[in-house]
Amino acid sequence: MNQNIWNYIFIGISFAIYIVIALRSRAGSTKEYYTAGGGVSPLANGMATAADWMSAATFISMAGLIASKGYDGAQYLMGWTGGFVLLTILMVPYLRKFGKATVPDFVGDRYYSKTARGVAVICAIFICMTYIMGQMRGVGVVFSQLFEISITSGVLIGSAIVFFYAGLGGMKGITYTQVAQYCVMALAYTIPAIFIAIVMTDSFLPQLGLIGTVKDGVPFLDKINNINQELGFQEYTASKISTLNMFCITAALMCGTAGLPHVIVRFFTVKNVKAVRKSACWTLGFIAVIYLTAPAIGAFSRVNLIEKLHTTSYEETPAWFKDFEKTEQMSWVDKNGDGKIQYFGKGKSDQNTDSVFKGKKPSLAAEDQLGAHGQRLITNEIDNTNPNELWFGADIMVMANPHMAGLPKWVIALLMAGCIAAALSTAAGLLLVLSTAISHDLMKNIVNPNISDKQEVKYARIASFVALSVAAYFGINPPADLIAKTVAFAFGLAASSFFPTLLMGIFSKRVNKQGGIAGMIAGITFTSTYIIYFVGWGTTDQLWWGISPEGIGVIGMLLNFAVAFIVSAVTPAPPESVQKMVDRIHNPKGAGESSH
Amino acid sequence: MENNQPSHEDNETSGGYRKSSLRILFSLLSVWFIVSFGCGILFRETLDQFTIGTAPLGFWMAQQGSIICFVLILIAYAILMGRLDKKYGYDEAPANGEETK
Repeated sequence: MNQNIWNYIFIGISFAIYIVIALRSRAGSTKEYYTAGGGVSPLANGMATAADWMSAATFISMAGLIASKGYDGAQYLMGWTGGFVLLTILMVPYLRKFGKATVPDFVGDRYYSKTARGVAVICAIFICMTYIMGQMRGVGVVFSQLFEISITSGVLIGSAIVFFYAGLGGMKGITYTQVAQYCVMALAYTIPAIFIAIVMTDSFLPQLGLIGTVKDGVPFLDKINNINQELGFQEYTASKISTLNMFCITAALMCGTAGLPHVIVRFFTVKNVKAVRKSACWTLGFIAVIYLTAPAIGAFSRVNLIEKLHTTSYEETPAWFKDFEKTEQMSWVDKNGDGKIQYFGKGKSDQNTDSVFKGKKPSLAAEDQLGAHGQRLITNEIDNTNPNELWFGADIMVMANPHMAGLPKWVIALLMAGCIAAALSTAAGLLLVLSTAISHDLMKNIVNPNISDKQEVKYARIASFVALSVAAYFGINPPADLIAKTVAFAFGLAASSFFPTLLMGIFSKRVNKQGGIAGMIAGITFTSTYIIYFVGWGTTDQLWWGISPEGIGVIGMLLNFAVAFIVSAVTPAPPESVQKMVDRIHNPKGAGESSH
Repeated sequence: MENNQPSHEDNETSGGYRKSSLRILFSLLSVWFIVSFGCGILFRETLDQFTIGTAPLGFWMAQQGSIICFVLILIAYAILMGRLDKKYGYDEAPANGEETK
């Protein structure tokens, strides 16, 4: 059977399942729309949260990033799982007990101020918006590969589907579709990895690959270190950035995770505080299944890629190489004219560079202009200061892996379905938080408190439509470079705004309105200025203490704490009702259904 | 964070509960810090002298070991807090649908 037919079958079946679930669990009330009525079981919520968490970017790019970064890739692995420890131990049980539907609700009540709520709404919208743009782009790219249509049509189809069930089903519909999506994603991620582990290592469990040996008895990490060194790359297990920078990036990703509004609200859907704790265990367990596989996939694919392509003549390269060449995801420039692909790292160059051409992406020359060996030519200026001839995007590792290992077609189709599930589940969850922030926090609590439940849901649907249109627009016309820095932005902002503000709101009775607001504004302003400066103009030698923009959220967080404490100390203590409220949220008993 | 006011409301948290829950919180967060930032980043070189399977221990802790520890930390948290709730009578009936797991 043809690959396309397999793709249609797998994606068709998975979509049919999602649609049936979405239709069966439509939301009737605002309570169901925002928090699924508060009655989701901890296991189901755990799966749904894991699906919400695994975005298209994580699903497609993370393993590739780890493969190219080696040891340093641990910043993502630890950052995006360790954050759940902070989230569970410091945040969600208390916020669940507080019992409101959204994160700005808590900020508004705890800091007894509409201004505080307003700042929180803006943060929530900004974080979700940056995040969701990347998702829509991801959906578009996968759909365009799948149906061989333009990315624009791909984004539009994806948006329509997301709107259909996020807009109609609300949190209830989303939660149950996400359960199904997690299953698809977990299978799609692990099955190819198991196949490759069987072929490459002495164990069928890919998670054990890193500590195992390859077929001829050599330890796996030694093998990949040797390959890397031979070709002039640094050892796979070596760190390429300073310990301080590694520390800051990991910490920023962790604290950011604990401050992401779309993750926090997931825990408002379960019945009580006890269920929150249980649900968090399930969530991290399900996430760990995928995150323990990712470093193995990354390392396997690197070995596979080098063994399949390095010193292979172009005529003998497998078909997938030519496919990726066509879509500008891989590129080969025959610098030495021997007709063979050479892949080398910075160690093989006097200039300490391994770039194949000038610019960030290859741009293909017209289809009728082929090189001497039939390869596609590119119009970029060639960089002849080093011998490296092979360029590939980090995004392709997961998608190319089953091709490289020569796995059956249905495995590739499953991977496609998993990829779409990852993008859709995250986009839907984000969209819900975004629309809630607008309808509930902005319209009902700030603009007009008298609107009815029905009108509120109506506003939420209008808001999700508008938000999706904006996201689709940026998905089609990505602001150059911005998507790539999404991670830095969303996590940096969450780490410097929500995380410290919520933490102080929960654990201190003394931090007041003035302190809370001043802290949030100081944290966000500092972090976004630093990130924007270094994305736009800054050079690496200007970095403060060598901390890259991805890690600066930690400094912003410390600043937020410091400003909040100092301002609170010189202004009056919060009213007694607020102090009582802080007391109350520390008692796990009696967290009824989330109200709004 | 003193909590000495006489509790006249049902819903006010007992000082003893608060103290014990903070103790659980700080001990688990210390474990969290040690397994991730400690083993994976700060003391990685030292740990790399040892191996797990065929991999250097520090590298493995950073890429996989810490994640396994995180899951264990959350399980410990749920169990310890559940016990504490029971001791102070803050326990609640199991959530709906929990038995379907």
